[in-house]
Amino acid sequence: MAEISMREAYGRALAELGAVNPRVVALDVDTSTSTLSNFFGHRFPERFFNIGIAEPCMVDVAVGLALAGQIPFINGFASLLSLRALEQIRTCVCYGRTNVKIAASYAGLSDFKDGATHYSITDLANLRALPGMTVIVPADADEAAAWVPIVAEFDGPVYFRISRAGTLAVPSSGSPLQVGKGRTLRAGNDLTLVAIGSMVGRCALAAEQLATLGIDARLLEIHTLKPLDSDLILQAASETGALVSAEEHNIIGGLGSAVAEVLSEGCPVPLERVAIHDHFCPTGRNLDILMDTCGLSVKEIIGASQRVLGRKK
Amino acid sequence: MTPEEIVELEEISRRLRIDSLKLIHRRGAGHPGGALSAAEILAVLYFHALHIDPANPSWNDRDRFILSKGHASALLYSALARRGFFPFSELDNWGEVDCPHQGHPDRLKTPGVDMTSGILGHGVAIGVGLALAARLQKLSYRTYVLLGDGECQAGIVWEGAVTAAKYHLANLTAIVDNNDVQLDGPVHEIMPLEPLAGKWVACGWRVIEINGHSIQQVSEALEFSREIHDQPTVILAHTTKGKGVSFMENQSYWHGNVPNADQLAQALAELGEVTHG
Repeated sequence: MAEISMREAYGRALAELGAVNPRVVALDVDTSTSTLSNFFGHRFPERFFNIGIAEPCMVDVAVGLALAGQIPFINGFASLLSLRALEQIRTCVCYGRTNVKIAASYAGLSDFKDGATHYSITDLANLRALPGMTVIVPADADEAAAWVPIVAEFDGPVYFRISRAGTLAVPSSGSPLQVGKGRTLRAGNDLTLVAIGSMVGRCALAAEQLATLGIDARLLEIHTLKPLDSDLILQAASETGALVSAEEHNIIGGLGSAVAEVLSEGCPVPLERVAIHDHFCPTGRNLDILMDTCGLSVKEIIGASQRVLGRKK
Repeated sequence: MTPEEIVELEEISRRLRIDSLKLIHRRGAGHPGGALSAAEILAVLYFHALHIDPANPSWNDRDRFILSKGHASALLYSALARRGFFPFSELDNWGEVDCPHQGHPDRLKTPGVDMTSGILGHGVAIGVGLALAARLQKLSYRTYVLLGDGECQAGIVWEGAVTAAKYHLANLTAIVDNNDVQLDGPVHEIMPLEPLAGKWVACGWRVIEINGHSIQQVSEALEFSREIHDQPTVILAHTTKGKGVSFMENQSYWHGNVPNADQLAQALAELGEVTHG
């Protein structure tokens, strides 16, 4: 299978879902040729609503559709959905408990050509803080496609974070995707890499390089940031004694924060967090260079691993 | 509508005003002004126009009503309780943490509330979604949204308005409780909206302007909106904030303040309620 971007895999999967589930409707905000919700729109024009450049309105229209039993997937840029439309999401989706699926595309730094206005580096923090929200972050294109029917089937609001780009393909664990259950992608007992989204593939590379240095790293994929699989994280903490978290997100409020919360209450072992260190990020020539520049390189993961091993008792 | 029906709905409006003020007084919190201004509108909707079944509040083809101006919750609760959605006694401890009925309407806690509200601005856009769903599912229900004129200062109202027009949602009716008073003062001073009718027309809506305290006009406007087949309708209901209580009328103070015992007694007397002691 040719390498495709996560958004393309998502767009195709959404259109496939539309063919089997007539309750599914899709909405977009004049970004359907970017989010690729237009695949759905072309096949099911009567179930596709382009709301124009108005994310808050799209959320509320989706809320109304959900109240009447439809399963709306709303599509747009993560930066706008998680910020401009956050009040609508809090009040009408979370508090009102409406079955809206928020497909937040162009997440993280993946819109590397457009710069800090378009990057979404606080969305996980914003959405994780909302009662009643489930936050799911696929690690690669195949996984994004596999999640789509699961997200549709899931009863309740979901924030589904989609990269504009292709991400490194993630090694298969053999275990099925299940909301709220992390996956162990690599066994290891010296330390644990806990990764989400695009950083799962980078951590897999880091684990291979650590192995050549004689360091045996476990790799956990946390696709569901909320509810967090704290059991899996605590088990890894007690068995390996040191953790490194990795996320394409600001260091405040995302995966690293969530892991720190779990560890501090359940098994306080050393943790190093690989993330963007609380600054706005520049425009880049390509995503790989940009991520490397912003503190998300494989080298950074390896360095954090060595630091955390030095702190391990 | 027969003269008898008008008299009956006028009496219901009076009762809803009395209920609302008593509820707000007992709770020590609430929004009397905007409850009093919308009493006839709620009376006509809940006791005449809406196709609803209190015994089956989640009936799929029921008409939907969104109280976008959710702070008028005392009025909505009074209407729902009198209509039989839940016993009035459930409001005896309104405001306490163990009362299911929240300060602002919560669809998960109060039977008959179609959508949670309280933050202004949401109703029109949510109504668009409900109206689109009716079309998709080939259901005949209509969606009604009641919002305030001050609420029309929120930009999302107009995002929803143009969306409704794009999809020619003739099954959607908005009603603006146009009382020209908001929390900080007169709407025409805080942030002027006139010509408000022109704004709705420009967004693609059919506009009907009425006296919102006339049972007959409210009823006829709702009937008229059902006869429009190619665009959404907004009823600009000209009303008086605090209607029916002389010292509350047109006073922004009474947007969100609570009458004390003496004030309540005077208000109830003006509304024809006989009190004892």
